[in-house]
Amino acid sequence: MKLETIIGLEIHAELNTRSKMFCGCETAFGGPPNSKTCAVCLGHPGSLPVANREAVGDTILLGLALNCEISPRSIFHRKNYFYPDMPKNFQISQYDVPLTRNGHLEMDVGGKTLRVGITRVHLEEDTGKSIHVGESGRIHGADFSLEDFNRAGIPLAEIVTEPDLRSPEEARAFMQLLRATLEYLGISDCKMEEGSLRCDANISIAVDGQLGTKVEIKNMNSFRALQRALAFEEERQRFAIESGEKLMQETRHWDDASGTTHPLRSKEEAFDYRYFPEPDLVPIEPDPAWVEELRGRLPELPQARLDRFREQYGLAEETAAMLTSEKALADYFENAVETGQDPVELAKWIAGDLVALLKEAVVPVRSCPVGPRGLGELVALVAQKIISGKMAKDVLKEAFQSGRSPAEIVESGGLSQIADSGEMEQVVDEVIADNPAAADDLRAGKEQALKFLMGQVMKKTRGKANPEMASDLIRKKLSG
Amino acid sequence: MAISIEDVEHVAKLARLALSEEEKETYRKQLSDVLEHARIISEVDTSEVPPTSHSLPLSNVFRDDVTRPSLPVEEVTSNAPWASEGAFRVPRIV
Repeated sequence: MKLETIIGLEIHAELNTRSKMFCGCETAFGGPPNSKTCAVCLGHPGSLPVANREAVGDTILLGLALNCEISPRSIFHRKNYFYPDMPKNFQISQYDVPLTRNGHLEMDVGGKTLRVGITRVHLEEDTGKSIHVGESGRIHGADFSLEDFNRAGIPLAEIVTEPDLRSPEEARAFMQLLRATLEYLGISDCKMEEGSLRCDANISIAVDGQLGTKVEIKNMNSFRALQRALAFEEERQRFAIESGEKLMQETRHWDDASGTTHPLRSKEEAFDYRYFPEPDLVPIEPDPAWVEELRGRLPELPQARLDRFREQYGLAEETAAMLTSEKALADYFENAVETGQDPVELAKWIAGDLVALLKEAVVPVRSCPVGPRGLGELVALVAQKIISGKMAKDVLKEAFQSGRSPAEIVESGGLSQIADSGEMEQVVDEVIADNPAAADDLRAGKEQALKFLMGQVMKKTRGKANPEMASDLIRKKLSG
Repeated sequence: MAISIEDVEHVAKLARLALSEEEKETYRKQLSDVLEHARIISEVDTSEVPPTSHSLPLSNVFRDDVTRPSLPVEEVTSNAPWASEGAFRVPRIV
């Protein structure tokens, strides 16, 4: 019996327009409940929606980035349902004629190139937020719920993939690439923790090429949660199949704390959406000139940039992937390369120490206190052997915290290495005189002793000795 | 085309309507008549006619991405039967 995991994703990305999809209310996150609502997004009788041109353009741009066809004529539908998070009792969405469809995204994962089909990218409006009040704090057993419609009506792009993913790792890699694509296009804030980027997944196990029962998983609020939830579900389904149990087609909820999925009550999804064309909005027929203008706005996309970084700068795949995962980080790197320093060294510093510092301080790379020029300076100081790699770490940290330039810190803080051979010789002589036993050991060929003597040299100079120079000198003095 | 009592019950459930047995039968007949009416219309050959989703010969009506003032927050819930601290209160959902 050959088992194969089949995964497809459905992703929702809030578009970062200034105003909502069908009215002029602002879209900024947060604020007092219902402070960003009006007659249109509250569904008052007689109010009429008008589509936001920017949101339509953003969706077409995304469709182009995902190699989709742009529909010459597209319409909105009403998706009817009973749930208080939409005041109108329907969500304006798209049904059989989405703005764009039939695309694909190629990605490198696990040493091979995978082509993931994009079924469609359509435009809809986001729903409101419900807070369930009661002892449980959850929808079940709540006394009542509070409805805040600030989010209701924010433009939402829905991206549906073909079931082309074969493992939780591939699903995560795809989601990361898609996030990067949205970020490069500059059309979404992509904050999973604030809910501006959300992902649902369909997963099933094919047995000997025969498709299995499909399960939908919801509530995965991070890349890690997506991978964990799919790994759990994969295991659960494989175990059921291997022990001859029957799987149910259902929607399951991921619980991050317990690391498990559990079924939603069927009551919650007894849906019959009764889609019908939205009569209050006229069809969209994108002018080919507009589409071409949008195409012209497409930036170099993450996978293309990753490939170029490997080829042009000789970066390892992992480093290139890290640097291109965020446009601002990739831009930072290329600006640093302009200082003329070795790209591989610069990439190493950015992907390692710099990203760690940014992460720790929760600072976006755009506001990094050490600019690309500063980093170039640091790498130059190491290349010229003015400071050691180890000292450079401290200098970078100091520069990050104080905002001073690395060169300035080295000058004023006396962090420059002792590269003066006279001064170094004196220190080495002292260390040998103070540690005759270790000196004898090294003379007898015990390499361990060199480490000990180097440690003493570093101690005496408070880390400022150029390590290469010091060890050469020790060997020279103790050979023969 | 005839509608079954089960169809009526399904639609009533989705519409949150509690119907008596007599009402179910009344609506079963009325809904069946509506569908029968549609069936007769569907006999017209429309193979050469594109589907009509909108009756106006209009497309591409857009607004610019410009914000406008929202309602004052105290007015938003002023017509709501149940509200607290600016939020609409709704009875327990499930």
